[in-house]
Amino acid sequence: MSLAEVVMAQPDVGQKLKLQHLGKVYGHDDESVAAIEDINLDVSDGEFVCIVGPSGCGKSTLLNVIAGFLPATSGSVTIDGEAVSGPDPRRILVFQERGVFPWLTVEGNIGFGLSKLPREERRQRIAHYVQAVRLQGFEHAYPSDLSGGMKQRLQVARALAVNPDILYLDEPFGALDFITRVIMRGELHRIWQTERRTILFVTHDIDEAVQLADRVIVLSSRPARIQEILTIDIPHPRNISSPRYLELRDELLKQIGLAYEI
Amino acid sequence: MNSLTKPRRWESFFWPVIAATALLALWHYSVIWTATKVFPSPLSVEKGIAELLHKHVLWADICDSLRRVALGSGAAIIVGIPLGLFLGWKPAANQVVNPVFQILRPISPIAWIPVAIIFFGVGDYAVIFLIFLGSFFPIVVACVSGVSSVPPVLLSAGRNFGLSTPRLLTRVIFPAALPQILVGVRLALGIAWLVVVAAEMIAVDSGLGYLVIDSRNSGKRYDLVVAAMLMIGIIGLALDFLIRSIEKNKSVRWGFRNAS
Ligand SMILES: Nc1ncnc2c1ncn2[C@@H]1O[C@H](COP(=O)(O)OP(=O)(O)OP(=O)(O)O)[C@@H](O)[C@H]1O
Ligand SMILES: [Mg+2]
Repeated sequence: MSLAEVVMAQPDVGQKLKLQHLGKVYGHDDESVAAIEDINLDVSDGEFVCIVGPSGCGKSTLLNVIAGFLPATSGSVTIDGEAVSGPDPRRILVFQERGVFPWLTVEGNIGFGLSKLPREERRQRIAHYVQAVRLQGFEHAYPSDLSGGMKQRLQVARALAVNPDILYLDEPFGALDFITRVIMRGELHRIWQTERRTILFVTHDIDEAVQLADRVIVLSSRPARIQEILTIDIPHPRNISSPRYLELRDELLKQIGLAYEI
Repeated sequence: MNSLTKPRRWESFFWPVIAATALLALWHYSVIWTATKVFPSPLSVEKGIAELLHKHVLWADICDSLRRVALGSGAAIIVGIPLGLFLGWKPAANQVVNPVFQILRPISPIAWIPVAIIFFGVGDYAVIFLIFLGSFFPIVVACVSGVSSVPPVLLSAGRNFGLSTPRLLTRVIFPAALPQILVGVRLALGIAWLVVVAAEMIAVDSGLGYLVIDSRNSGKRYDLVVAAMLMIGIIGLALDFLIRSIEKNKSVRWGFRNAS
């Protein structure tokens, strides 16, 4: 490593996550599929970043590589100056659906990552996050008795309970109906404002992205590259009929439209 | 039944009782009409059961049979579940032993009786070994398929929370596969109950299977034969019922299609 690289590797103040020339190719030789290519991105601590892109472009692949579930074929993922080599309880991935453990109750699921804590602290932590995702009264219910939206809230609570620095969300509300999705969006925003985690949020939903994100990353079709980064410079609470909001939304739609044409 | 309305409570008892009564009646009158001297009527079977109970042999035989099943199937569960989890987790290892399993599996445990007697002599161990054989394969097969059908998302989630592989096995893979494993155990107990009766006819001198063959051999007491057969049926049903009631437990119920 040259001196210049050592200097470069120093984490910036407030910088959390750094992707450098990140690439992922599935399979070998003739049957190889390039899913993501040359992704460069810096995410600062506490930032809410949304990732949008056409279906099948490689959004899930990107999150899975960043979260350490899949090895990158090129480039690197660095968090707090440290290379990511595998999954880690400091960053939790929330799946689109069926991510909760069906054999555990709401309490059991939220407490899943807390087995090392003393009993009393564990109990308090569980109670806190049951409250945070508004599942009071369902502590002893099993996932099969919960609605789709409640299961996703449970997954978010299970993730938050282990106090992660970063939350990766892969279309967590994608399988929900419109109204539930809008409500969940509000809940996630509220949680983000009170808990201040860094969030990477993959979504199909343009409104979701413009309402929640500090920045929106637009990916191209497969192999996914960063096509555009949009900074959403509207303070919260956001007025969804303000000219600036509509302008950014249009810009994003244009970007996506282009992406779909390719 | 394809109707959406559930049968009413009294109906779900009433019709089965009618059917059973009709069968008993048919049996009773068939014995009378054919004037058979050999086959017992329901009434003499009932007297037979009373006689067996009175002589305290029935309880002892039931206990012996159940004890053998408990030991044989218990051993199959203790060995089969960890082995099945391991084989399901390591498909490469599974491929190595799978051909052997596929050849051994269709062999009825009854065919093993001579071998069991060579290994263990005539006695309890031979019977327990046969039950073990009968229970072992269904449990291992159920475990392997249970493990291989654990949703990858749940494995990823478990890993994400920092679980090492052994902890992943106990905290995610085993509970995720448990509904399928229970199906395997139920199948295994059903087979074990078939095997114990057959094995007891040959390898030991107690148990329900021995009671059947002994009642026939010592004085052609067919009332006692049928009485013992009835007990075998009732206890087999009870065993099945026991496992089914475990399947109703909330922590596994999610895995059964007709969850109610
Ligand atoms: N395990 C795999 N092996 C080979 N190819 C894969 C694998 N997983 C995904 N792919 C391919 O990589 C591409 C990107 O998949 P990915 O799931 O990341 O897309 P996505 O953007 O998340 O899609 P969606 O919007 O539908 O969720 C797809 O073309 C897919 O076929
Ligand atoms: Mg996806």
